[in-house]
Amino acid sequence: MAAVISAAGLARTFQTRHGPVEAVRGIDLTVREGEILGFLGPNGAGKTTTLRMLTTLLKPTGGAATVAGHDLAADPAAVRRACGYVAQSGGVDPQITVREELVTQGRMYRLPKAGAVRRTAELARDLGLTELLDRKTAALSGGQRRRLDIAMALTHRPKVLFLDEPTTGLDPGSRADLWDLVRRLRDEYGTTVFLTTHYLDEADALADRLVIVDKGVVAAEGTPSALKLAHGGSIDATLQDTFLAITGRGPAAADPAPVAV
Amino acid sequence: MLLHDTALVYGRYLRQSLRSRFALLFGVLTPLLYLLFFGPLLTGLPLGEQGSSWQVLVPGLLLQLGLFGALFAGFTVIMENAQGVVERMRVTPVSRLALLLGRVLRDATVFVFQAVLLVLSAVVMGLRAPLPGILIGFVFVALLTLSLASLSYAIAMKVRTPQEFGPLINAVSMPSMLLSGLMLPMSLAPGWLDVLSHFVPFRYLVDAVRDAYVGQYTSAHMLYGVLVAVGFTGLTVTVGTRVFRTAGA
Ligand SMILES: Nc1ncnc2c1ncn2[C@@H]1O[C@H](COP(=O)(O)OP(=O)(O)O)[C@@H](O)[C@H]1O
Ligand SMILES: [Mg+2]
Repeated sequence: MAAVISAAGLARTFQTRHGPVEAVRGIDLTVREGEILGFLGPNGAGKTTTLRMLTTLLKPTGGAATVAGHDLAADPAAVRRACGYVAQSGGVDPQITVREELVTQGRMYRLPKAGAVRRTAELARDLGLTELLDRKTAALSGGQRRRLDIAMALTHRPKVLFLDEPTTGLDPGSRADLWDLVRRLRDEYGTTVFLTTHYLDEADALADRLVIVDKGVVAAEGTPSALKLAHGGSIDATLQDTFLAITGRGPAAADPAPVAV
Repeated sequence: MLLHDTALVYGRYLRQSLRSRFALLFGVLTPLLYLLFFGPLLTGLPLGEQGSSWQVLVPGLLLQLGLFGALFAGFTVIMENAQGVVERMRVTPVSRLALLLGRVLRDATVFVFQAVLLVLSAVVMGLRAPLPGILIGFVFVALLTLSLASLSYAIAMKVRTPQEFGPLINAVSMPSMLLSGLMLPMSLAPGWLDVLSHFVPFRYLVDAVRDAYVGQYTSAHMLYGVLVAVGFTGLTVTVGTRVFRTAGA
């Protein structure tokens, strides 16, 4: 299938008071249309920075990329129309109602007023937010908040959806619901989903293919089973052992429940 | 598109202001206290300016309102950055200029509303000034808040924490207020202070509004005031928009 994202040597160096920080040192990757790509790596590996570059929020200091056929540098407006992005922190105002946020978002994507209202109802139905439309976003649970964040990002029916650590901080039930939602988006709408995570079980269960980043470069890529076979010793190896073999580091003691790296 | 986007952003933030009516009124408190407890001290003093002491003080208080209010506008952007709201908007096709203009036009609306309250109170206290002059004063408040709020948002996008933002803004606002002769006209100042104050842009604004309040609409002060206000607004809005376009580094 056609590549919907391709990046070559994508890099970003931040100038800070303590000198330059090479957050991303050169990422090469291709994502096929309709794929769920797991972008996996330890904290500080450069996952968020890569996502912010691919969504036009941050100018790369090196390399190039195209998203949905549009060059990042040459036509950022077209890239914005083609992709949706959910930051790790989400992006809704706690004092505003779910309805107002969704309608305003529709208007930001240039829907006419009536169209934005209609789209709000549709998204709410699709993501189970109908009962919550008149609540302030501060009154939502973690899982409901995440569904709202994703609804906001789906307003314009993007070809590519970027999710930055979408399940961090969610309880196990909400995580499972979110996995189902991501699969459904791909199956029903053909949306390509590019998600970062540091949960190995999530990557294993959800992603068609994994790209493992470490210190700003791609350390390995392939399907979960191919990676296990190549780096973990056998197809029955755990992804955790595989990851350890690739990055040379053990899992960090993060959240106790899911397996984290 | 710019108009559509600006109206959209403006509407969102105006609704936000209307939700916190208390904050809307609270902003006039400081200048109102000056009006009540400081204004009467000036009525018998020789201020070296035309008109009554109220025609000298009220223009200063109007600009003080704008100066302090608008310079702190950036606090909301620091909060929104932490909530991810700014990036969520920047990832949509919405115009970058509109992201700034919608916000600063909301600020101008709020401060002109507060300025109206302040002038009405001043009239009760004894201010008498020509209506065109009073209206010109509101235009200057609007321009001042547009420019200072733009500057404030630009700084807030750069520093990102309230701990850095607060002291920085205080360091700018206090000297600006003192050096522009907001409370007492700089015509009372010794030579060196008068010269120094000409390096502070707000000096020209307050001189212009004081002229407007005594009906002198074509003076040199007015000309300089208009030039400085328009130039400063153009400059700060340009800088602010640049920051909204390239933020994140
Ligand atoms: N705006 C920034 N300024 C300076 N350094 C940054 C900035 N954003 C990220 N970094 C640094 O870049 C590296 C990669 O960060 P990030 O992309 O957030 O990693 P990840 O999402 O994989 O945890 C980290 O060392 C981080 O501190
Ligand atoms: Mg991250």
